[in-house]
Amino acid sequence: MGTTVLIVDDSKLARIVVGKALAALQPAWTKIEAGNADEALAALRDRQVDLAVLDFNMPGRNGLELAEQMRHRYPDMPIALATANVQDEVVARARAANATFVSKPITEDGIRDFVAGAALKLRAVHG
Amino acid sequence: MTHDRQPLDELENDALTELVNIGVSRAAVALRKMVGSAVTLSVPSVEVVGRQVAATLIRERESDPLIAVRQDFAGAFSGRALLIFPETNSLELVRAVTHDELSGAEMLDIEEEALAETGNVVLNGCLATMANILQRPLAMSLPQVLRGDGQILFELSDKPDDNGVVLFLYINFAISGRDIRGYIAMLMDLPSLQSLKELIGEFIMRVVGTDGDAR
Repeated sequence: MGTTVLIVDDSKLARIVVGKALAALQPAWTKIEAGNADEALAALRDRQVDLAVLDFNMPGRNGLELAEQMRHRYPDMPIALATANVQDEVVARARAANATFVSKPITEDGIRDFVAGAALKLRAVHG
Repeated sequence: MTHDRQPLDELENDALTELVNIGVSRAAVALRKMVGSAVTLSVPSVEVVGRQVAATLIRERESDPLIAVRQDFAGAFSGRALLIFPETNSLELVRAVTHDELSGAEMLDIEEEALAETGNVVLNGCLATMANILQRPLAMSLPQVLRGDGQILFELSDKPDDNGVVLFLYINFAISGRDIRGYIAMLMDLPSLQSLKELIGEFIMRVVGTDGDAR
């Protein structure tokens, strides 16, 4: 079964950028997009999602709140939190939710480690 | 408010919001280091409005006197950046950036200087990030501390009768555990907006490329 990545960002441009970086690193992955936390949760209900890249600063619930909420239902899903806001409190909360920090603006290099780690983990889980 | 043709299309507006978001997030990291407590930010609001409307937007929310640190920037695009908060928050901010170590008299003594420096760090952090991403240098003026209402803060000098359209960006911020909140705002006039539009177009091309959804 293929790997599906959920990209959540209120900025369409940011979703395009994340999608391009992921396509370069893992061309076979299927990408689905959501513009806010509610859309993300709806997508998670409808689809099998293997990993997620979440923007932090979004209208409504932010990416950290979404990550914490997702973590309850998906304890092992690789989740990245994308932000330029690397304040200690944000970092600590992301760490507690077991989310990986990815620095904005997103680049192929910047997201490479997260993608490689996620791919390894998914291979280990799915065999 | 009149709805003239929008100078920025949807994707350009989206890109600008994202740029500001990244700039302000970095600025918040710098401010967090200065005050020692978490800084929370709203999602940026980007609007093209009449200059008078920009002043009204702030004045409607804030009836109390305001204090602002202002820095003008110039380069491929020009304008004014402001860190604005209610005047009653001013000493609390000075207390935060001096880590509660000064007496009341000492704080009053350095109030202006401490506010200017705080504004400088926040506004520079934001603008420098935007300039770097857009790959154009921006020259920043020295920070200036102003007191007044929205009207005074948003007047772009020398043009008393200026009813032109401006690009108005603002973000709410608050410092947790302290009674401090305010806005980071940016104003750009129309000629600047045209150059900004071109730079944003180049930025979009760089990150999205020309192939669009191909492949």
